[in-house]
Amino acid sequence: MGRKEELAKKVQQLMHDLRHIRNIGTAAHIDHGKTTLSDNLLAGAGMISEALAGTQLLLDYDEQEQARGITINAANASMVHKYGGEEYLINLIDTPGHVDFGGDVTRAMRALDGVIIVVCAVEGVMPQTETVIRQAMKEKVRPVLFINKVDRLINELKVTSEQMQQRFVKIIGEANALIKRYAPEEFRSKWAVKVDDGSVMFGSAYKKWGISIPYMKKTGITFKDIYEHCAKNRQEELSKKAILHEVVLDSVIKHLPDPTVAQKYRIPQIWKGDIDSEIGKAMMNCDENGSLALMITKIIMDPHAGEIAIGRIYSGKVNRGQEVKIVGMPNPYHIQQVAISVGADRLPVEELNAGNIVAVSGVKDAAAGVTITNTDMEAFEKIVHYSEPVVTVAIEAKHMKDLPKLVEVLRTLAKADPSLQVEINQETGEHLLSGMGELHLEITQYRIIHEQGVDIQASPPIVVYRECTLGKGGPFEGKSPNKHNRFYLEVEPLQKNIVEAMQSGEIQTSGKIKDSKALAKKLQELGMDKIESKGVAAFHDTNIFIDATKGIQYLHETMELCIEAFHEAMKKGPLADERCMGVKVRLVDAKLHEDSIHRGPAQVIPAVRNAIYGAMCQAKRNLLEPKQKVFINVPQEMMGSATREMQQRRASIEDMKQEGDITTIISKAPVAEMFGFASAIRSATAGRALWSTEHAGFEKIPYELQDNVVKKIRERKGLKPEPYDEVYYAS
Amino acid sequence: MGKIIFIGFGLFDEKDITLKGLENIKKSDKVFAEFYTARLMGTSKEKIEELFGKKIKILSRKEVEEGKIILDAAKNKNVAFLTPGDPMTATTHVALRMQANEIGIKTKIVHGVSVITAAPGMLGLQSYKFGRTTTIPFPEKNYLPESPYDVIRQNKENGLHTLVLLDVKPDRLMTANEGMKILLMVEEKRKENVFTPETLVCVVARAGSDDCLISAGYVKNLSNKDFGEPMHSLIIPGKLHFMEAEALVKLAGAPKNIIKARS
Repeated sequence: MGRKEELAKKVQQLMHDLRHIRNIGTAAHIDHGKTTLSDNLLAGAGMISEALAGTQLLLDYDEQEQARGITINAANASMVHKYGGEEYLINLIDTPGHVDFGGDVTRAMRALDGVIIVVCAVEGVMPQTETVIRQAMKEKVRPVLFINKVDRLINELKVTSEQMQQRFVKIIGEANALIKRYAPEEFRSKWAVKVDDGSVMFGSAYKKWGISIPYMKKTGITFKDIYEHCAKNRQEELSKKAILHEVVLDSVIKHLPDPTVAQKYRIPQIWKGDIDSEIGKAMMNCDENGSLALMITKIIMDPHAGEIAIGRIYSGKVNRGQEVKIVGMPNPYHIQQVAISVGADRLPVEELNAGNIVAVSGVKDAAAGVTITNTDMEAFEKIVHYSEPVVTVAIEAKHMKDLPKLVEVLRTLAKADPSLQVEINQETGEHLLSGMGELHLEITQYRIIHEQGVDIQASPPIVVYRECTLGKGGPFEGKSPNKHNRFYLEVEPLQKNIVEAMQSGEIQTSGKIKDSKALAKKLQELGMDKIESKGVAAFHDTNIFIDATKGIQYLHETMELCIEAFHEAMKKGPLADERCMGVKVRLVDAKLHEDSIHRGPAQVIPAVRNAIYGAMCQAKRNLLEPKQKVFINVPQEMMGSATREMQQRRASIEDMKQEGDITTIISKAPVAEMFGFASAIRSATAGRALWSTEHAGFEKIPYELQDNVVKKIRERKGLKPEPYDEVYYAS
Repeated sequence: MGKIIFIGFGLFDEKDITLKGLENIKKSDKVFAEFYTARLMGTSKEKIEELFGKKIKILSRKEVEEGKIILDAAKNKNVAFLTPGDPMTATTHVALRMQANEIGIKTKIVHGVSVITAAPGMLGLQSYKFGRTTTIPFPEKNYLPESPYDVIRQNKENGLHTLVLLDVKPDRLMTANEGMKILLMVEEKRKENVFTPETLVCVVARAGSDDCLISAGYVKNLSNKDFGEPMHSLIIPGKLHFMEAEALVKLAGAPKNIIKARS
């Protein structure tokens, strides 16, 4: 592979020249054409043959990705592009658009300084577009805009040249509104994309052409030419004049920042250590002579090389054989291989320096989000991606002999994919795999069987529910088994905006509470009572435990046990043993035995747990089910069938939009009703529907269904069909 | 309606029961016992049954705390419930007594010998001079209470002695050495000079048995000494009366200087 060797050589020449490096990604709503665009950029840069680009989908190298036509992994590749007579090194990450894999997008953003937001001209700005823009802004990643599938707009929607331009204006307006809404204060207006300066591009990634105003001025091509070439089916000709990769990469180099510029404002955002310290300064200056600061954003499992950690070097150098450590872990590691990536391939290099994206092997315990260094430094800020699994399957090894291997495979998978939750049960051998959707779990199962070679048996997918209360309950008295201790607890639903702040990571809920003063202040800003905010003792998911007592002797000794009971109760709610969500639990009083031997774990935990459960009974227990927003694009004549399909699934139709011959139906449906939707909608619309989904959180299950669903969950779990009542928890 | 008779079993073996206790057992229809609050090390279920001439049923902590088994049996029978020591001292069974009372079951207590009085007696310490009793639990996840240390401190501030009981778990009994180590750990953290290697401490082992042992000395000399089989208890003396100091020296081997230093 002469081409790749040549690249490796060029990378080594360019990697120290930070002004000539761009770390960028593509991000978009599903099917808006990110991967096709990324592939064509690589092809244009000579990395893959031009004929194959667009059909080969080099970056969708995973067998499953090619079969399903979607991107699952955030894949990366390096390339070289000439601009203004100088060569630039561009490190590109292609991210998934399917909502089940959103966590990968969030993590990839951490490695980037700039992003090409791809929007389909036909569909316009979609929910995932908003999500990726929000993620980019949060990480201070600067955007440019590529409006894709312009040919389809002209040929399928049959818009006039004028309508086409109006459509562009609308998309740009919407994208800019989102950028403005989510951008960091200082960039709010500066980061708006503009047609005139080329930070907005138009084109067809599939037909390999692209255009921008500066490029039009340079080449004399006009919108009218574009329109005519498309309408008259002369796009191949167009691809010779309006060369996609040149237009896009020119814009990237011109508008997106190099690492030295970006790190100056990104470091304070993603690292909360002392900027004036040695390592702080080295990162601010992207100094390759400083100590190593490498943040891992992805782990891939290579069948030959094992675990490969991919990440961004913010300061210092990584070289082969170097001794490094993971912040927060005691053991040193030796870097075995240093490489740059091209799709599934990696090209080994001796070393890589600050400002680049690197793939390393040998750091065995690395996971997405860790900081690797060779000095003492604070870790980078956690990468927050709020994703709650909504579907679970139970899996077990088909053959007894595979049992230990399956456990190992599951652990490895959970490490490589943080959106996946794995519950390993050594006793029964039945492990629970929870993920973002049916597709996510299907792909994971496929990997276990075909890539890891473990034959498994899986249950049909089961929906994950949540428990909450309708109103306020308590104070409820919980007695310890020895009857010598009493605890009084109250529950009520937590304010919505506080739940949201916990979900978005604005309020840190994992681990011990570090700075309770800052936390109290934040909660007060969100509207929590001042005294209450100071009593927050623990979080569990989106539930809060508040100590509202004053001066009770010995209570501090049992507080950890009260918190443990709170965790237990929130992990398994009183209705159906499902996790609780958005519950505020307040400990209002306690009466304790004099001697510590009579108020140990066996006494306190059941007392507090029963009091929480009892108070929840009084507050009216409520089951929440996961919902999805479903977006369907169908030709008008199929609209009836598509709507019917949704209505059969307990969906509410929220909006319908007409655009030319195409209708967009926006509806919201329970995940429980969405199994098998892919084939159902295909047959209902003769395969002419384009659809996508988005998570819409958990909502109350209709009251008349609750008892029955609760009963089914309890029976499946081997519990008594009816949940216990208040009287039971009082005794 | 039946009756529950709470009977104290005393300290060490089946012969520690009082004659009145034995009489009541012989008259009762059903005999329950618990050994989770303390263990009678010198006997076994078989020996007890042989002495009583009837079967006994040993209940777990859960069964006693729920109370249902005893209460159901007492609805129309006379039930004896045997507990180590004195039934209403240390781990009190008053909750069960009140439950019985609520549903109209009569109750009666036959007292037994408790370590609460036996331990001071063996050492020659005066029961008038004891402050609050405390128990050291085995450290567990999320539960490392320091209140025993506080109780000792408060008692000392008032010149009072502290009886320190040691945890009883189904699978292990805390030794005096383990108890001292836990207190030293708390001292390490709190540094309030309450329980240091220079603190005078007394150990009582196997109270009520023929090979019972008492020992008094500084923590640094006793913390690694072998006191033999459990059950053990600790006493941390406060201000010593001259009689107490002399008893500790003569009966428990305490260093002579405590007579001058303390009295």
